[in-house]
Amino acid sequence: MGGLIKSSVAKKFAMALSGLFLVLFLAQHFTINITSVISPDLFNEFSHFMGTNFVVQAILQPVLIFGVVFHFVMGFILEAHNRSARAVSYVSYKGNANSSWMSRNMIYSGLVVLAFLGLHFYDFWVPELVHKYVESHPADATRYYEETVAKFESPVRTGLYVIAFIFLMLHLLHGFSSSFQSIGWNNKYSKGLRGFTVAYAIIIPLGFIFIALYHYINNL
Amino acid sequence: MSVFDSKIPEGPLKDKWTKHKNDINLVNPANKRNIDVIVIGTGLAGGAAAATLAELGYNVKTFCYQDSPRRAHSIAAQGGINASKNYQGDGDSDYRLFYDTVKGGDYRSREANVYRLAEVSGNIIDQCVAQGVPFAREYGGYLDNRSFGGVLVSRTFYAKGQTGQQLLLGAYSAMNRQINRGKIQAFNRHEMMDLVLVDGKARGIIARNMVTGEIERHSAHAVVLASGGYGNVFFLSTNAMGSNVMAAWRAHRRGAYFANPCYTQIHPTCIPVSGDHQSKLTLMSESLRNDGRIWVPKKKEDAIAIREGKKKPTELSEEERDYYLERRYPSFGNLVPRDVASRAAKERCDAGFGVNKTGQAVFLDFASAIKRYGKEAAFSGGHKNPSEAEITKLGKEVVESKYGNLFQMYEKITDQNPYETPMMIFPAVHYTMGGLWVDYNLQTTIPGCYAAGEANFSDHGANRLGASALMQGLADGYFVLPYTIGDYLAGDIKTGKIPTDTPEFDAVEKDVRDKIDRLMNAGGKHSVDTYHKKLGKIMWDKCGMARNEQGLKEAIEEIKELREDFWANVKVSGTANSKNAELEKAGRVADFLELGELFAKDALHRNESCGGHFREEYQTEEGEALRDDENFKYVAAWEYTGNPREAKLHKEELIFNNIELKTRSYK
Amino acid sequence: MKLTLKIWRQEDANAKGKMVTYPIDGIEGDMSFLEMLDVLNEGLVAKGEEPVEFDHDCREGICGTCSLQINGEPHGPDRLVTTCQLHMRKFNDGDTIVIEPFRAKAFPVIKDLVVDRTSFDRIQQAGGYVSVNTSGNTIDANSIPVNKHDADESFNAATCIGCGACVAACKNASAMLFTSAKVSQYALLPQGQVEATERVQNMVRQMDLEGFGNCSNTGACEIECPKGISLENIARMNREYMSATSKG
Repeated sequence: MGGLIKSSVAKKFAMALSGLFLVLFLAQHFTINITSVISPDLFNEFSHFMGTNFVVQAILQPVLIFGVVFHFVMGFILEAHNRSARAVSYVSYKGNANSSWMSRNMIYSGLVVLAFLGLHFYDFWVPELVHKYVESHPADATRYYEETVAKFESPVRTGLYVIAFIFLMLHLLHGFSSSFQSIGWNNKYSKGLRGFTVAYAIIIPLGFIFIALYHYINNL
Repeated sequence: MSVFDSKIPEGPLKDKWTKHKNDINLVNPANKRNIDVIVIGTGLAGGAAAATLAELGYNVKTFCYQDSPRRAHSIAAQGGINASKNYQGDGDSDYRLFYDTVKGGDYRSREANVYRLAEVSGNIIDQCVAQGVPFAREYGGYLDNRSFGGVLVSRTFYAKGQTGQQLLLGAYSAMNRQINRGKIQAFNRHEMMDLVLVDGKARGIIARNMVTGEIERHSAHAVVLASGGYGNVFFLSTNAMGSNVMAAWRAHRRGAYFANPCYTQIHPTCIPVSGDHQSKLTLMSESLRNDGRIWVPKKKEDAIAIREGKKKPTELSEEERDYYLERRYPSFGNLVPRDVASRAAKERCDAGFGVNKTGQAVFLDFASAIKRYGKEAAFSGGHKNPSEAEITKLGKEVVESKYGNLFQMYEKITDQNPYETPMMIFPAVHYTMGGLWVDYNLQTTIPGCYAAGEANFSDHGANRLGASALMQGLADGYFVLPYTIGDYLAGDIKTGKIPTDTPEFDAVEKDVRDKIDRLMNAGGKHSVDTYHKKLGKIMWDKCGMARNEQGLKEAIEEIKELREDFWANVKVSGTANSKNAELEKAGRVADFLELGELFAKDALHRNESCGGHFREEYQTEEGEALRDDENFKYVAAWEYTGNPREAKLHKEELIFNNIELKTRSYK
Repeated sequence: MKLTLKIWRQEDANAKGKMVTYPIDGIEGDMSFLEMLDVLNEGLVAKGEEPVEFDHDCREGICGTCSLQINGEPHGPDRLVTTCQLHMRKFNDGDTIVIEPFRAKAFPVIKDLVVDRTSFDRIQQAGGYVSVNTSGNTIDANSIPVNKHDADESFNAATCIGCGACVAACKNASAMLFTSAKVSQYALLPQGQVEATERVQNMVRQMDLEGFGNCSNTGACEIECPKGISLENIARMNREYMSATSKG
């Protein structure tokens, strides 16, 4: 993938676009999830639509998978390149004097999110595939809510979810606004936009944490 | 004393350059490909010359001691560049710029050269704008101008306080374009160690690769020296640490005459020396004198109390202060030319009125300006009865908008807030008007060896006007030298590549190696800086702002002794075949120790005061410079004869057909 | 002031370097950081040791020659100054100061604290110019009016002194701030428009070839830049680059 997009600027551009795409996806995902707190029926309805709609399944889902895979593979490529750009490291390097922890550790916050993605797929996506394509079940548009809520019985899993979302927050705190800089959008509106990205980076992960905790507490 | 040919073209002043360009020989483009030119130094003159020569088709090699051509000390010029564009419609013209320059130089420059400089000045601005130099502009999008000391029009173009840097980056970008085309080979971190002559013509150089220590031979059909001035002979100056006279001095030793070495410009507004550890002086823009008032205490007790920290300058009332420039020069006041302001400061400090720890500083006070601007701002803002505090606050805002960056720089260096307490300033060596003698074609007395920019004895006579150094460097580099050199190179189209495996190169390389060996193996008692500081002290005390016969005679002896001591006892650590800053410095100081002696000799022989050269014996009753046009209206060009003190004087009489010689007066 | 200096010493480009500790005394607050090193070197020469090599020239903050990573920051803890304008009053008696060369694959060490920054020159050579002949036979300077705001922005970008602090500060050793400042200077002026497409592509290509890292927008470069070059330039270059690429 690194060979396909040759220049450093183009790589960052692509990284930013994939990131922005994932930010959008996050909003969509959150919108559906929050309905699980408001109304199980609505949640089921949305989930069933997403799980069975042809456009979502045949077009959006592959695009999403590509976006996710692209984002982390490119992340690794960039990280490897960046590390090689300083062969001998400093004895003393005072990064916190000139930059945020988030901006310097995107690879780590990203890795945590990636690990979480593994768990998340194991929790939801794999069972969903098994349910749909391996075993044969009658169509049931009401199963989603129960299945989802059941996942949050475990305090360990809930805890992992909370930690992952904190890292997602850190990742977004830098990544969201940074992607605008990478695509060349830095002007008089940037200050306002930055405020929005920070709010988004905090609110969305907090929302996800809230949902997880809500179901965990309800399960008690 | 011989008369030598300055090759000034015949005809009326304003037609000389055009006529000359039409008359001189050209090299056809196909032949230019077979001709090599070496350019030493990549500042405004060298960088511009290299770019233009390469563009014309010559094969150019550039050499600079810095790690990149962009770092040459032209970069440090703050104020601006003059050009007779007359964009302000204030009556400027080529003639006026010519006149101001000759007068400012105290009638010690060559008319024809100065007129040519004025003539091409406008082209420089066109050229730089086309190259993308971001000059300051007005709201209408057109170029802005400011005015500068010693003139009555606004002809100075500028890029905030970084005009030198922006112009140099322009020349550097033109060089880069040619490097990218393969027409320039840039040798950075290389120092020219000597000039190689073949059959009396400059045919190459010996250079030292400062990274590996390798001694290299480079041949060419002509060598251009654009290696800057020699202000560092004073140790403390506003020059860069690496600025040196080696290239020019080596050429001098090989036969190039050195002209007017004693003409040195001492800039009045520098940050004073703070202690013995000081390595370098920092200039504050001359523009500060527009609003700052210069003073020292009237009473010596007060000066002493201030020096000892027992009194604050702000505690002294108006009556207790001596605004000595306003007192001595009521009509020009604080805006007298650089040389006059510098000498007046020295006079007060010598008399015991200096105001810093070392007694070598005067005050530059903005309190009156803050008050005046504050009142104006309050009035125009509708405050008819503003309080003192309001006035001060508004006034500080105005001063900040005008000089904010300079005030900030001052505070960084001195840790004093110039809005609250007056600045302290003192004169410092800044620019050298003297340099290698060149004819109208910028050729030295060695055929094929050219000198451009500050390295030549230049167009500034005995004193340079503000914002003219950049103009001269670029004029020489872009518009003069690339054409005049063709006249000489036209004779070389059949020469072919100059071989470097010849006895001439062998001999010079041996000289260079011997010199390095001597330095590496000298007695090893004192560091190079020890000698440089001693030399600087002799120069400053005896060849500085004011000179006299006795002091100069002493200087000549002391420098000679110091030089002998240097060669016997200098200590250069490290090895010759690796990066070695001590060795680099030693080579440069060795040459300064010779130049210094010639400098003093020149100052001693010139029994008059003019521009940057002030002899205490030759002053009016009021203490002003007394020129002697009858006996000293000439360029003193010195020929090396094996020992600086025995240099032979050649006089180039200066002929003024277009200007009437007058006494400068700023009363 | 009494200080402990920990300085990187390295014989030459191929040698293995190491940190060496030097105690130093008698340092005054009025000294610049480089003058402090002068004092150290004077002492080393007197003792018969090799002085520490470091780059410096104008010592007034404009030539861009001096470098040094001081206590983990390029040009030290003060803002908007180069090392030559950093004064010792910013340090306290008894401090330990770690001094290292600017580190980047594209800035190989030559000796001790001296690094080779010619990669910056090569980036400029790839396109950092307007292809106009230096004959002076161009149009009159005032026939190209430039909007004052653009002219000022262009100037601000052009104030870069090419010291390399941006690279040294960046965790990725990226040269984006340097390269984008030059691209911006020309992108903002009408004179630079003609070659804009090739310029940005060629300069970015060269930047990549030199082995600099990518930009991850940490902003460290902007904070540490002694001339305060803005991150906006990087965004502008990204924009210019992508639009140039789309033009082919």
